[in-house]
Amino acid sequence: MSLIEAPRTPTRGRRTGGINWEKWGWIYMRASGVVLIVLIFGHLFVNLVAGEGVKAIDFAFVGGKLADPFWIVWDGLMLWLALLHGANGMRTLVNDYAINPKVRKVLLIGIAASTAILIILGTLVITTFDPCPAGANPALLPSFCEAL
Amino acid sequence: MPEKSASNLVAEPLSPPKIRSPRRPAGTLYRGNEGMWSWVLHRITGVAIYFFLLVHILDTALVRVSPEAYNAVIDTYKTPIMGLGEIALVAAIGFHALNGLRIILIDFWAFGAKHQRVLFWIVIAIWLVLLAGFIPRQLMHVFGG
Repeated sequence: MSLIEAPRTPTRGRRTGGINWEKWGWIYMRASGVVLIVLIFGHLFVNLVAGEGVKAIDFAFVGGKLADPFWIVWDGLMLWLALLHGANGMRTLVNDYAINPKVRKVLLIGIAASTAILIILGTLVITTFDPCPAGANPALLPSFCEAL
Repeated sequence: MPEKSASNLVAEPLSPPKIRSPRRPAGTLYRGNEGMWSWVLHRITGVAIYFFLLVHILDTALVRVSPEAYNAVIDTYKTPIMGLGEIALVAAIGFHALNGLRIILIDFWAFGAKHQRVLFWIVIAIWLVLLAGFIPRQLMHVFGG
């Protein structure tokens, strides 16, 4: 009997050459984390703290923000950085706790698929968004839509 | 019991010393201390934030469906229960963000690794200040007229 139990994380084949993706993942978590602190606390301040807080949020509020390229870039960066940061964190947990290799594989594919779908969906939403959709109730739209 | 122990005391020097292994590892730097609990909290808050993010991307995507659909869903975020949920969300994000900075300091700075315990309590202190600022404001927004 060995003195120290083998770690529960299953051993996978040793990497020989090529790009060290685990290293870049490690760097990504720290680099994206620092940027996300600025982006998310800014987002929380504007949407939850300033003005009337969460009660001010409606279609007109979001439409007003996303009519400005500044917020399109802000929200787009937040979407990509946060979702990849979260997905990579979940990958770490699955690698740590999913002992059964088949379960592990299914979970990792699930994470990758949901991440791809949500990044594509979110990017399409903020890039094709129309703050003044034709035929919508004018009372629900941002005030600048009246000028159109 | 006390009598027996007293007689054992006399006999003890003659018997070979017994080395008893502790029931659980003792005296480690990590286990049961700030290092371990910050790691546990980082994982739990990370998972919680991740699942909120998935839902939040989907609810925001409703702006592309119709103003009515988006407003109907976002109105549920303004209810008292969700108002408290937003406090939990900000608490989780606040801890994950501050402890993430602590991790970076530990990784890149010898001083950070040496003083990771103090850094944990600094994280908790800043986190409490953050919540002391946010919670009254949020309660005013959600429960105030």
